[in-house]
Amino acid sequence: MQTKDMSMRKLLGLILYISFILLPIYWLLMMSFKTNEEILAQLTLWPQDFTFKNYITIFTDSTWYMGYVNSMIYVVLNTAITLTVALPAAYAFSRFKFVGDKHLFFWLLSNRMAPPAVFLLPFFQLYSSVGLFDTHLAVALAHCLFSIPLAVWILEGFMSGVPKEIDETAFIDGYSFGRFFIKIFLPMIRSGIGVTAFFSFMFSWVELLLARTLTSVDAKPISAIMTRTVGAAGIDWGLLAAAGVLTIIPGILVIWFVRNHVAKGFALGRV
Amino acid sequence: MEDDLPEAISLFAWMAWTQPTALFFVGIGTIILIMTVYEIKRPCAQRKGFLPIATTRGDRLFISLLTSAFLHLIVLGATDWSIWIALAISTFLLLITLRWG
Amino acid sequence: MTKLRNNKAWWLVLPMFVLVAFSAIIPLMTVVNYSVQDIFDQNTAYFVGVEWYQEVLRDTRLHDSLIRQFIFSFSVLVIEIPLGILIALLMPKTPNWKTSLVLILLALPLLIPWNVVGTIWQVFARGDIGLFGWAVNALGIDYNYTSNSLDAWLTVLLMDVWHWTPLVALLCYSGLRAIPNAYYQAAQIDRASRWAVFRYIQLPRLKSVLVIAVLLRFMDSFMIYTEPFVLTGGGPGNATTFLSQSLTQMAVGQFDLGPAAAFSLIYFLIVLLVSWLFFTTLTYEREDTAQYKAVQHNEGGS
Repeated sequence: MQTKDMSMRKLLGLILYISFILLPIYWLLMMSFKTNEEILAQLTLWPQDFTFKNYITIFTDSTWYMGYVNSMIYVVLNTAITLTVALPAAYAFSRFKFVGDKHLFFWLLSNRMAPPAVFLLPFFQLYSSVGLFDTHLAVALAHCLFSIPLAVWILEGFMSGVPKEIDETAFIDGYSFGRFFIKIFLPMIRSGIGVTAFFSFMFSWVELLLARTLTSVDAKPISAIMTRTVGAAGIDWGLLAAAGVLTIIPGILVIWFVRNHVAKGFALGRV
Repeated sequence: MEDDLPEAISLFAWMAWTQPTALFFVGIGTIILIMTVYEIKRPCAQRKGFLPIATTRGDRLFISLLTSAFLHLIVLGATDWSIWIALAISTFLLLITLRWG
Repeated sequence: MTKLRNNKAWWLVLPMFVLVAFSAIIPLMTVVNYSVQDIFDQNTAYFVGVEWYQEVLRDTRLHDSLIRQFIFSFSVLVIEIPLGILIALLMPKTPNWKTSLVLILLALPLLIPWNVVGTIWQVFARGDIGLFGWAVNALGIDYNYTSNSLDAWLTVLLMDVWHWTPLVALLCYSGLRAIPNAYYQAAQIDRASRWAVFRYIQLPRLKSVLVIAVLLRFMDSFMIYTEPFVLTGGGPGNATTFLSQSLTQMAVGQFDLGPAAAFSLIYFLIVLLVSWLFFTTLTYEREDTAQYKAVQHNEGGS
């Protein structure tokens, strides 16, 4: 009887907290289906005058939907680059001692700690001077500075969980390092790779400051385009809300794919 | 080949180099290089000195560099002393920490 | 696990090192160069020595924003860490579709672009068109985050709690999942109270994830920029102007490159120091437990 009481209280607490999370999102979603007149006229819990107008504006105007495409391109690029260089590095950290390993590791983490605002201007000039300004690659590379440290950290945790005997057996069986790494080792830390990809994706998708500074026209991300809704006639709330709702969807898709690894991966493989 | 050189320089002109900062980075680079070579020739073990934690040579270097950075900031922010005084104290601290830290 | 000593491992690290160094070291050097010069344009710059450092270190506005930043980061940690642990304790333990659903709903705020988070709360907390602002006003509390500094500060804090507590909760949840069931059974046999189970079984096992949570939350709250920028624009007055905001105003708004660079370096040094302290305690903690485990193992074996 007592345990039933407990679980009821737990459930109630959880429901309360989840409503706290969902209410603001619900409000945004409802606003995106309202007309501006309705939003400004009175407080309504759901749209009286249901409209898809805001979404139609976004999907028919290329400056709007190209923002989403641009964001997706650099996010995918960032995730790919991060995984490619972080995997071997994390392997080295998890298996070997080498000169300066601890300091290298801390230096990496310190980049994750550097406030993006510090690097804003030099980044702009660095990428301009090598002709990368306003390309997707520039944003992807800049985001790498923050996603690689976290990726190495997570992957190193997962790799340390794989017994070293597996490496040794494979080498005795005549596997080359490359074949062993791709054929045997990577499948063993699948969930770690999934979670790392999730984190890289997440960071790159939500960041605004660097993405906005490093682009002007061709690679302009959706978050920068959203500031356009502030016009001479005030803020176009409905359109802003619709654009916001559309930015949440990719995140939901990604977490759906990694949902089974989340519990393990959020502890960065270190539990 | 010689024509490439000015172009390479202009590629970095935006970095606005000055002589003091260049010297500063050459200094830091040299220290790291020496420590690396020294470490390869004679790997060092962790030990416990007057610092509250056991440290390696590299840790002690990092700790003293960070300390001297803050020492410089304190001298600049709170006093009217010349920056050279801070530098002298820092160098002194660096040597002590490396040896007995 | 004992690691082999092998300097060839550097070849595996090299690609990552080159990539990160390109984006990290060159900009950092540039910032140092800027910080000692008065820069008018691309070709006109005068060496001014440490003048900017003196100016920035004695600027009372920046002192205020530093203090505001520390108070904010501290409040964030004090609220989000216990709340996150609580939520993790409430979560169902058996893995099924319901648990997956809860996990996804929890993770939602983490996946929303930061400026959209700002937008959501900008709307949600308004007295005229937002549910939250309207509800608070209806309760008879005079609340307006665009004109009252305290309201603005609390709104930014509430937004951060909404945005980031799920990260702490998910970290703790995965920590709790790793506790073997045998521990709970033993506690049941001993008739341990709920509090005793938490204090002596769950909390110690959460230590390592909690350090990660504290580290991540400190670093990120210390560089918060986008959300308050969208929500309040740093105002009213300077009530919600945090460090990143002051810095961006200086560098991009007023184009004072020299002082902004000096400020950047001081900012970076502060984060570096605090993070180094956290990191050292983290690795030290782990070595202690490793030794403890080794001792236990030996005793068990003999």
